[in-house]
Amino acid sequence: MNIKAFALFKKDFHSELRTRYAVNALIMFIIVAISVILFSIGNEKISQSLTGGLLWVVIFFSAMSGLSRAFVSEEERGTTMTLQLIASPSTVFSGKLLFNLILVFVMNIVIALLYSAMFDAFVIKNFLLFLVTFLLGNIGLAISSTIIAAIIAKAGSKGTLYPVLSFPILLPLILLLVHLTLNSLDGTSFDQSLFELAMVACYDVIMLSASYMLFDFVWKD
Amino acid sequence: MSNYSVEAIALNKVFGRRLIFNNINFNFNNSGIFGISGPNGSGKSTLIKIISGLTSPSSGRIIHNYNEKSIIPEKLHNYIGFVSPYLMLYDEFSAWENLNYFSKIRNVPFDKDKINYLLDSFLLLNRKDDLVKTYSSGMKQRLKFIFALMHSPHLLLLDEPTSNLDAEGKEKVYSILKKESGTSIIIIASNEESDLEICSSLIQLEKYKNPYNSVPAAGEITK
Repeated sequence: MNIKAFALFKKDFHSELRTRYAVNALIMFIIVAISVILFSIGNEKISQSLTGGLLWVVIFFSAMSGLSRAFVSEEERGTTMTLQLIASPSTVFSGKLLFNLILVFVMNIVIALLYSAMFDAFVIKNFLLFLVTFLLGNIGLAISSTIIAAIIAKAGSKGTLYPVLSFPILLPLILLLVHLTLNSLDGTSFDQSLFELAMVACYDVIMLSASYMLFDFVWKD
Repeated sequence: MSNYSVEAIALNKVFGRRLIFNNINFNFNNSGIFGISGPNGSGKSTLIKIISGLTSPSSGRIIHNYNEKSIIPEKLHNYIGFVSPYLMLYDEFSAWENLNYFSKIRNVPFDKDKINYLLDSFLLLNRKDDLVKTYSSGMKQRLKFIFALMHSPHLLLLDEPTSNLDAEGKEKVYSILKKESGTSIIIIASNEESDLEICSSLIQLEKYKNPYNSVPAAGEITK
């Protein structure tokens, strides 16, 4: 992450404060998704394992609604060429990734806090495991969402393509994260979850390397 | 005199089955103003985009050299300035904010004196803090010139540079281009007679439509 990428991140952050392209979509989706779950449950008591799964369902679909904006907003405003004229592909990807990382962390902290306030069954027994899962999971989610956003930005049917392309790429990550979250809810020790944590870390490294290699081809016509 | 050169070797571009141009060769190794002309759809913008590295040719190569060293594609943006009607700046920022972010992302110093001079030259100094979305299309076009010139590029690529400009704006652009042509290579793609008049030589794209044109035509760069 160099100084140029950080400048691009600052430009995106400033632009987001002015336009609220992604933040409005994310806030609305989080509120609607959690409300729908609450209404559909009614007075029923849901199991602890179900709350862990539902948490990542909300996170997955919230990411779908907000994270694609990183590149789609540039394409819609016609500023993609401007970026190509001022920065190298790796700078653009690093800047956009940093922006999505911050957005994912803020979004998921809000979701996790709302979630624990709304659902009595969502009680974390192994907080360290949850924290590491949350950290690695968010990094993976941000990397995958950023490269998928870059791929779909030039397509005509962006809205349909994003979830379609995201599903197979994010499914292994989400399955591992659900498993690890359940472990942290039922108090499984950190050592017993090391294999799954290593898998998530590997996913992050592979996706990051593949994204940097692929982005050069995605970015140029 | 410029120590920059741009050379095209057997450039060919095909969209689907449609040949846009074939076997374009040129070598601009001296500062000056060069033109690309041709009817609508002849590939003027495509050629400009290929020279700038924004688009790849179907075959052939573009070689950029600075001080006799080849420039790698990842660094090319540091050497070129680009103006076109389809280039967009950030509407939600002011002209000053746009230019400041461009400097930071390029990692070149934001020379306030130079920016103020360019804003003044292009008659935008008193509107520099207004959001770009409040600008007219002519003002946006003038701002694109500042965007193209602010980092002192060695190669200026201008696609329809005077579109949306009034007579005063055009005169301003021509006088600045003539001044810049002493140190930079300027390539203009246009059909405007007044734009092409300032060019010292011209590539006429209608001559490059022959798919069997494997030998460079005599006098392919004419004026």
